[in-house]
Amino acid sequence: MPTVSMTVNGKEVSAEVETRTLLVQFLRDHIGLTGTHVGCDTSQCGACVVHVDGKALKSCTRLAVQCEGASVTTIEGLAANGALHPMQQAFHENHGLQCGFCTPGMIMSAVDMVERLGNKLDEKTIRQELEGNICRCTGYHNIVKSIAAGAEAMK
Amino acid sequence: MYPFNYHQPKSAEEAAHILAANPEAKILAGGQTLLPTMKQRLAGPSDLVDLGAVGDLAGISEKGGTLRIGAMTPHAEVAKSPVVAKAIPALAALAGGIGDPHVRSVGTIGGSVANNDPAADYPAACIALGATIHTTNRDIAADDFFTGLFQTALADDEIITAISFPAAKKAAYTKFRNPASRYAIVGVFVAQAAGGVRVAVTGAGENGVFRVGEMETALDKNFSADAVAGIAVPADGLNSDIHANAEYRAHLITVMAKRAVAAAG
Ligand SMILES: Cc1cc2nc3c(=O)[nH]c(=O)nc-3n(C[C@H](O)[C@H](O)[C@H](O)COP(=O)(O)OP(=O)(O)OC[C@H]3O[C@@H](n4cnc5c(N)ncnc54)[C@H](O)[C@@H]3O)c2cc1C
Ligand code: FES
Ligand code: FES
Repeated sequence: MPTVSMTVNGKEVSAEVETRTLLVQFLRDHIGLTGTHVGCDTSQCGACVVHVDGKALKSCTRLAVQCEGASVTTIEGLAANGALHPMQQAFHENHGLQCGFCTPGMIMSAVDMVERLGNKLDEKTIRQELEGNICRCTGYHNIVKSIAAGAEAMK
Repeated sequence: MYPFNYHQPKSAEEAAHILAANPEAKILAGGQTLLPTMKQRLAGPSDLVDLGAVGDLAGISEKGGTLRIGAMTPHAEVAKSPVVAKAIPALAALAGGIGDPHVRSVGTIGGSVANNDPAADYPAACIALGATIHTTNRDIAADDFFTGLFQTALADDEIITAISFPAAKKAAYTKFRNPASRYAIVGVFVAQAAGGVRVAVTGAGENGVFRVGEMETALDKNFSADAVAGIAVPADGLNSDIHANAEYRAHLITVMAKRAVAAAG
């Protein structure tokens, strides 16, 4: 079995994995970061979104071996020094979650959205950009509000 | 997922050698089609040949009115490229409408074209714009490339390296999307170039992308939405599934063609 090494949330990690091990399995089962969720396992729901070398992608649709040497950020890597990331804080304040299952993927997608498109995000843009993230609880309304507020707060 | 051997060659030639030596091997590009298929155990390649470390397969350039896009260029890069926006804005818009942001960040043009999904977007652009598919062995005209449902002219050990699109005078792509997957239920790409007008339809045909000759002739005479409004494509040979039946798809082809012509201006 190959050994895969990468940087996750600033820390060097490595583990021996099968070639078919998915990035999300590597994160959850091999290094114990269970914040990244598996909602569908069929590349549709976005609960598993993480950032790899600055790109937001679905970690259930990426092999761990493809990420050799990469720099990965997960939901656990956003809060700094015990303070929530502005996007996490915005979800908290705007009641942007109910059960919370989709939330890690929503927040990782939201942060990527701001990094690509800037701090002023209108409702239409946010809704379009959320096409790959499914939430079964909220009806999206407060998620959209949270992202607009979080984007402003990230300035 | 069934187990497999993983290779990360440094050049397309090396990748082609691994493919030739392992008849059950498959190329891995963005993985946005192949990995879900493998997870469902609908595919079980013995080896995956990851093109991720082959540096010269990604990138976009323009020369003498022809746009060249490397096979490993992700949809997101095509969508935001100023070079594409200038040469063929319809192609940038098409790329920006594929799937969702996470699919676009890693899914590639080469993977989409090689896969020839009957509901994929890029095949329509290749046919309507008269693209050329460059491979490790040869150059293939798009007209000869898409040979049927998930079928292409590629040999088992042949790798797409880039795709060239001659710029059109006018072009537009309109897609009636499946709201869940964003794949085309019907997508129509219309392009007007020196050689005439081409109308390519994706999402609808049982054998994948096809042209509508009657619309092309009408648009050659009069490039306006009215010229195609009265042209109906027969439902024979169109897909019926839970999303839309063949009659509805036939109807949508005319509607999407009208919209594409209007958008092309
Ligand atoms: C949720 C979701 C929504 C999507 N929506 C759309 C959509 O709206 N429209 C659309 O068009 N597509 C859609 N797709 C598919 C997406 O565009 C894929 O990225 C694309 O079809 C395949 O590209 P890939 O780079 O991911 O290829 P892979 O999955 O890595 O490979 C696909 C196939 O092509 C072969 N291959 C890859 N690269 C090459 C090459 N250079 N030479 C030879 N063979 C090669 C592989 O061996 C494999 O058989 C969607 C996918 C998902 C998961
Ligand atoms: S678990 Fe990855 S997209 Fe749903
Ligand atoms: S909050 Fe429950 S799935 Fe989104």
